Order: sequence, then structure tokens, then C-alpha cells
Amino acid sequence: MHDLVNAAWWPPVWALIKIIIVLIPLLLGVAYLTLAERKVIGYIQIRLGPNRVGFRGMLQPIADALKLLFKEVLIPSTANRFLFLAAPVLAFVPAMLVWAAVPFGPGVAISNMNAGLLYVLAIAGLGVYGIIIAGWASNSKYAFLGAMRAAAQLVAYEIAMGFALVGVLMLAQTLNLSKIVEAQAGGGFWSWYWLPLFPFFLVYFISGVAETNRAPFDVAEGESEIVAGFHVEYSGMGFALFFLAEYANMIFVSILTTVLFLGGWYPPFNVAPFTWVPGLVWLLLKTAFLLYVFLWIRATFPRYRYDQIMRLGWKVFIPITIAWIVVVGIALETPLRAILR
Amino acid sequence: MMLTTTVLFYVFSAVLLLSALLVITARNPVYSALYLVLAFFNAAALFLLLGAEFLGLILILVYVGAVMVLFLFVVMMLDINLERLKEGFLRYLPLGLAIAIVGVLEMVAVFWTAPIGRVPAPGPISANADNTRALGELLYTHYLYPFEIAAVILLVAIIAAIALTLRRRPDTKSQVVGKQVAVAVRERLRMVDLRGPKP
Repeated sequence: MHDLVNAAWWPPVWALIKIIIVLIPLLLGVAYLTLAERKVIGYIQIRLGPNRVGFRGMLQPIADALKLLFKEVLIPSTANRFLFLAAPVLAFVPAMLVWAAVPFGPGVAISNMNAGLLYVLAIAGLGVYGIIIAGWASNSKYAFLGAMRAAAQLVAYEIAMGFALVGVLMLAQTLNLSKIVEAQAGGGFWSWYWLPLFPFFLVYFISGVAETNRAPFDVAEGESEIVAGFHVEYSGMGFALFFLAEYANMIFVSILTTVLFLGGWYPPFNVAPFTWVPGLVWLLLKTAFLLYVFLWIRATFPRYRYDQIMRLGWKVFIPITIAWIVVVGIALETPLRAILR
Repeated sequence: MMLTTTVLFYVFSAVLLLSALLVITARNPVYSALYLVLAFFNAAALFLLLGAEFLGLILILVYVGAVMVLFLFVVMMLDINLERLKEGFLRYLPLGLAIAIVGVLEMVAVFWTAPIGRVPAPGPISANADNTRALGELLYTHYLYPFEIAAVILLVAIIAAIALTLRRRPDTKSQVVGKQVAVAVRERLRMVDLRGPKP
């Protein structure tokens, strides 16, 4: 065993094994999230949702995946061929890359890096290139309008998102995601960061919804005004990659909100029946709850008007976050410091 | 391990230089912007090889994640005709070359006088060192005044840029949010009792 760990070829192979262990459940999770979305929204609208393929529709995602695989990949004759084909990949790759830093337990991650928080913030912002390039390369006005909306929206909400994370940094004193969770240990539910950083928690999650282009911030798709926005010209696997990226990003935003604000793998109460449950289960339960909130929001709110989205991002969220950074900064200089840290 | 780092360094540097060259030679301005993104990525990779993860990630976060998105936005919107921009190429070439030579000479002068080579170059910081913290402590203690003055200059530049481009246009339509929020139901909705003929 010792020889094995010391061998020169072992670290890259071990990294590959870790990547497979994370990505296969992730892609399965994405597949069943699409089913969960249709079921949840179905029940909210007093319908049944998909219930024909397999037991109660359990095989529906598999059927959808097969359908998309066998569809023809259409390329518009005036499109920029190379960028048109590269765009779905550019959307999909960052959505997978961010998972390198996500911690699943104390120090358990593909890469337990020091600057984990900075890494996820930097990589998560790259997904928009896929959208912009798709919109431009399609050479279609609806796709282009969607791309322009996505670019403006991303820049507006990424700033608020970054400021919300500054608050987490001020309390945790580290950029390492695993250590950020460990800094929230102690009093269970009440020692998690959602309480002292409540405005950041809300701003971060809502910005996350905006960043993943989900309803009510889905103006980049806006099927009732600009058909389907940036991916109107895509079919088959090109469309499937955009779809996978969007749902993987939803899971990512949910798990990161859990890690930063909802105590990661810690149980809500430090008493017996709760502490028996493994940490990973708590992490996934909290993530699943936030994913449900994503679907719940989609089924509840109508789409924002474009100028209102911009106003919310620039004139509401950014001032709120700046003000609360000052509040947290002052609180850390008072005796409250002992409680907060 | 050392060999891998060296090979990676040369690969990233080569791609960086090539993409930097393509930024200025590409015919399509959208391609130029995308090559610039590639150049930023390779520069960030070089920072990471040096163990400066903060600088590398900030480069991606700020330049690739925000600045270049806006760049692409503008370049795609304006549909710039590069052929017309390139018409004056030969006329401005001598001036450009002269400036380039002065720049190169200045850089040579700086490196000539700098104590590089005489002082052993600092090696890559160990993986456990938190260079974000080190950088923050230096910026907010030793270099506090230069840092804050630079911040103020940037703020002035931001405000000046907005003040120069902001113009009030009375003919455009826009919503006044305060008025929209302040409306009452009775201003917008009138209930009418309709009595149709009996069926």
C-alpha cells in the first residue's frame, strides 16, 4: 500500500478516481432533479407530472436523455460553426469545474484548496461565456438578445454575490471552504452563519437564482418574449449540455449556500438522534431543501421585467451588502466578536 | 516534479504569447476578445505555478469574469468594421515602433539595475502558506497609504467616466419606480357592475 501511494503515477490516478466519484452521482442528481422539478411543479399546479415511463415516471430522465442523444445536431447555415459548437462545451465545463472545491466532509473534497471560496467564485462566473458565445454564434436576433441580457445580468449579480461572500470571510477568517464550515460548529442551528449574516444569506441565494438563469430571473431564455433566448438554435446534445450545465449549477449554488450559511455537514441540534445521522446526509438534506426552494420559486413568481432585474441587482442588493459589511465590521470590534467567531 | 512544473511553465507561456499575438492580428474583433480571455487564463496559470493562487484567481475573477464579459458585450453589440480601423496601419507604424522601442529600453534599464540574479530569487511559497492573508496584511499595514490613494484615484476615475458619458435625454421614456410603487389600487382599477341580458 505504501509503495502504491508513493508511486509517481498514483496522484493523477487518485485525482481521476475522486473526480469520477463526485461527477457520476452529480450527473445522476441532475437527471433526477429534472424529474423532481416536473413532479414538484406538477403537484403545485394540481397536475400529476410525468407518470408513464417506469414506475410513476421514474425512468423519464433516462428517456429524455436518450431522446436528446439521438436527435440531429442542427447548425444554422449562417452561424459561426466553430463557436456555435464550442459554446455548449464552454457552458458545461465551468459547471463541472466548480465541484473541485466543494467539501463533502471535514477536508473531504476533490481538492481541499486554500483559496477554495475564491476559486468557486472565479470559475462560477465563467459559465456566462457559453451563453454569450452561443447567442452571438447563432446569428439569430432572439439568441443575441438573450446573450446580451445574460451578460448584463451576470455582471450585476456577481458583484452582490462577491460582497455577500466578503461577510462570510470576515467571520470565518479563511478562504478554505472546509474550514468555513468548521468555523460554524458549536451551537447547532444557531451558530450557523445564516443568523448573523441574514441579509447576505438572502442576497447570496437570490443572486444564485439569478446567476443560474432560473425563473423569475430567466430573461436570457424568456420563452414568452424571445422564444428561448440564447439556445433557440440548439438541438440534440448541444441543447442537452446547456440543460445539464443549468441544473448542475442549481445543485452547486444550493450546496454552496449550505456550506457557507447553513453549517454544511453539521446537524441542526447537538442532541442524540440528530448526531447519529452522518454528516454527508445532513449536507445533502439541506442541499435538497434549497433545491426545492428553487423549484418553489419557479412555480410561484412571474418573470421579472428586465429593468427591474437591473434595479434589484445594482440599486438594492449592492447597497444592502455594503451596509451589512460595515455592520459586521463594527460588530467584530465590539464584545460581540466572541460570539460571532 | 520540478520537470513537470518547467514543462507546464513553457506550455502556458507559449500559449500566452501566441494568444497575445492573435489578439492584435485576428480579423474578427470577437475573436480578438476571446484570444484575450485565453491570454488571461494562461497568465493566471503562471501565477498558480508560482504558488500565488490569490493573484491568479483574482485575475480570472476580475478580468475574465467581469471585464471581458463587458468587452465582449460591447464588441458584439457594435459590429466593428476592422478593415476601416486597419487602413491607417502603415501611417502609424513608425510612431508605434518608436514607442515600443522606448518601452523595451525602459524595461531593460529596470531589469539591468534591479538586483535580480545577485539576490537569490524567492522560490515558490510552500503549499500551506496562505498568501491571501500575507498579501492582505502587507496592503493594509505597510502599503496602506499607496493602496488607499490608488483606490481613491480609481473612484475619481469611475465618477469622472460616468459624469462624462451621462447625459439627460428628456425624449426617452422610462419608469419612475417611486411612482410605480406608490400607486393605489383605486387609481388603476375600477370595478364595474355589468348587467347583461338574462339568458
